Amino acid sequence: MNHWIILPLLLPALVAPLIALAVRYDIVLARVFSVASAVLMLLLGLILMGMVVDGSVVTYALGNWPAPFGIVLVLDRLAALMLVLTAVLGLVVLLYAINGWDKRGRHFHPLFQFQLMGINGAFLTGDLFNLFVFFEILLIASYGLMVHGGGALRVRAGVQYVVMNLVGSSLFLIAVGLIYSVTGTLNMADLALRVAEVSPGDRALLHTGALLLLLVFAVKAALVPVQFWLPGTYANAPAPVAALFAIMTKVGAYSIIRMYTLVFGDSAGEAGSLAGEWLVPAALVTLVVGMLGVFAARSLGQMVSFAMVGSMGTLLVAVGMFSPQAMSAALFYLLHSTLAAGALFLIVDLITQRRGRHADTLSLAPRFVHGGLIAGAFFVGAIAMTGMPPLSGFLGKLLILDAIRDGAVAVWVWGLVLSTSLLAIIGFARGGSILFWKSTSLEGVLPAGRRSGDALPFVSVGMLLGMLVLLTVFAGPVTAYLEQTSAQLFAPSGYIDAVLGSGRVR
Amino acid sequence: MLSMEFIVASTIAVLAAAGIYLVLRARTFPVVLGLALITYAVNVFLFAMGRLAVNLPPVIRPDAPGYADPLPQALVLTAIVISFGMTAVIVVMALRAWLESGNDHVDLEQPGSESKQ
Repeated sequence: MNHWIILPLLLPALVAPLIALAVRYDIVLARVFSVASAVLMLLLGLILMGMVVDGSVVTYALGNWPAPFGIVLVLDRLAALMLVLTAVLGLVVLLYAINGWDKRGRHFHPLFQFQLMGINGAFLTGDLFNLFVFFEILLIASYGLMVHGGGALRVRAGVQYVVMNLVGSSLFLIAVGLIYSVTGTLNMADLALRVAEVSPGDRALLHTGALLLLLVFAVKAALVPVQFWLPGTYANAPAPVAALFAIMTKVGAYSIIRMYTLVFGDSAGEAGSLAGEWLVPAALVTLVVGMLGVFAARSLGQMVSFAMVGSMGTLLVAVGMFSPQAMSAALFYLLHSTLAAGALFLIVDLITQRRGRHADTLSLAPRFVHGGLIAGAFFVGAIAMTGMPPLSGFLGKLLILDAIRDGAVAVWVWGLVLSTSLLAIIGFARGGSILFWKSTSLEGVLPAGRRSGDALPFVSVGMLLGMLVLLTVFAGPVTAYLEQTSAQLFAPSGYIDAVLGSGRVR
Repeated sequence: MLSMEFIVASTIAVLAAAGIYLVLRARTFPVVLGLALITYAVNVFLFAMGRLAVNLPPVIRPDAPGYADPLPQALVLTAIVISFGMTAVIVVMALRAWLESGNDHVDLEQPGSESKQ
C-alpha cells in the first residue's frame, strides 16, 4: 500500500497539536513549524501529483479495511491538482500572516494547520460520511480563524457564518441518511454502482438525497439562493483568512464535481441529469448577483467578496454543463479565481492597514504610503479578477465560452458572462479610481502605519500575482493536464476499479 | 394503537419544525436552541435510516430472524459528538458577540454605515 497519500493529512494533524501544546508561547518557533509544514505540504502535493499524472488512481485503505467496508482515500488527477492549489495558497497566505496578523489573537497557527488538514481530507476522501467529517474539521478550524483578532463586527459576522454552516451540516447528514437508506453504502465508488440499481419505488428518496447534497455543496460554494453568508463573512474575516477561504468555496465546487461525475454521473440513469438542471440557472443568477454586488459595493473588501461570488457563478455554469470540454475550462477558471481572489484579499488588507480610520471604504481620503506600488498590484489583480486580457482570467472565461456553444443555454451564458464582466470592470475601475487616482488631488499623505515598512506582505502578493502570470504563460501545458483530468472524471470506471478492485462483483 | 414508525416520524417532524422556527428568530439564544433541536431531529432521522428494528442483534447471526443495521448507529454517534461540539462553539461565539457589541441580534449592520452604539 502506498503510504504517501495519508501524509497530507498526518503532517498538519501532527504539527498543529505540536504548535498548540509545545510552542504556544513562542511565536517565532510556531511560525517556523507552521511555514515548514506548509512547505512540506507543497512538496508532498507535487510528489503526489507526480504519482497520478500518468492517469493512475491510487487508493489508501485506512486501517487496511477492504474498500466498501472501510474508509478509503483516493488520489486521482483532480484530487492532486486541488492538493497542490491548497498548498500553494496556504503557503503564500501563511507568509503574509506571519508578518503580524498571527499575533492579534491566539492559536492562529494550529487552527491554520487544522484548516489545511480538513481541506486536504475533503479532497482526498472516497467516502461520503468521511467527507462530512472533513467538512466539519475544516469548518471548526475556519470558525476559529474567522474570529481571529476579535472585534464586535467580526464576531457577529462569525456567528452568522457558524449558524449558516451548522444548518448546512444538518442538511448534509439528512442527505447522507437518505442516500444510505436506499443504497446501503457510503463509499463513493460503491455508491456509483449501487445508484443505478436502486428500485423504482426508492428513486424519489435517492433523488431527494442527491438534490439535498447539491444544496449543501451550494452553501459551501456560495451559490444563489444560499450565497448570503459569503460577503459578510469574507469582508469581515481577517485578510489572510479571507484569502485562505478563497479555497473553501472551491471545496464546495470540488464536491459537486466529484459527486455528480462519479456517483450521479451518466451511469446513474435518471439521477444523472438532476444536478445540471438546477446548477446552471442557479449559477447564472449567482453570476449576476455577484457582479451587481461588485458594482454596488461600499468597501473594497465587500467588492472582492462579491467578485468571488460572481466567479463562483462563472465556474459553476461551466461545471453544470457536465461536458469534458466545459469541465476542463471550469478547472482552469477554478485555479485562476482562487489565486486572483487570494491576491485581491491580501491587497485589500495592505490598503486597510495604510488608510487608518478610512480603512477600505470607497471614500475619498489623502494618499497613503506605497500608494503607487499597491495601486499597481491592485490593477493587475483587478485585471485578472474581471477577466480582461492579457491575464489568466481572460483565458479562463474564453475557454468557458468556447466550451458552451450549443443550444439555448449558450445564448444565456454568453450574454450574461460578457455583460457581467463589463459590470465588474466598471466596479473595479470605480473602486481603483476613488482609492488611488482621486486621492492624488487631496493635499498631504496619511501617516504610515506601524508595520507598513515590511517587505514580506508585498512578497506574498507578488507571488500570487506572479503565479497568475505563470498560469497565463503556461496555459498550454496546464490545459493539457486539465483536459486529461476531465477525461478521467468522465470515465469513472477507472476510479471505481481502483477502489473496489477490478475483479468486483457487479 | 400508534405504530413505532408514526411516533418516530412525527417526533422528527416536530423537532425539525420547532428548530426551523427558532433558527429564523432574530436573537442568538433562540437561534442556538433551534440549531440544537434541528441536530436532534437529524440524529433521530439518521438513526431511523437504518430501518427501525426491535429486539434484533446488530450482527448477522444464523439463529436470529434479521439484524439491526449498526452503521447508522455509528454515524449517529459521530454526528452527536460533532453537533455537541458545534453547539458549544456557537454558544461561546454568541456570548462573545453579545459582550462585545452590547446586543444579541443576529443581523449585521452594513459596513460603511455608522455603528449603532
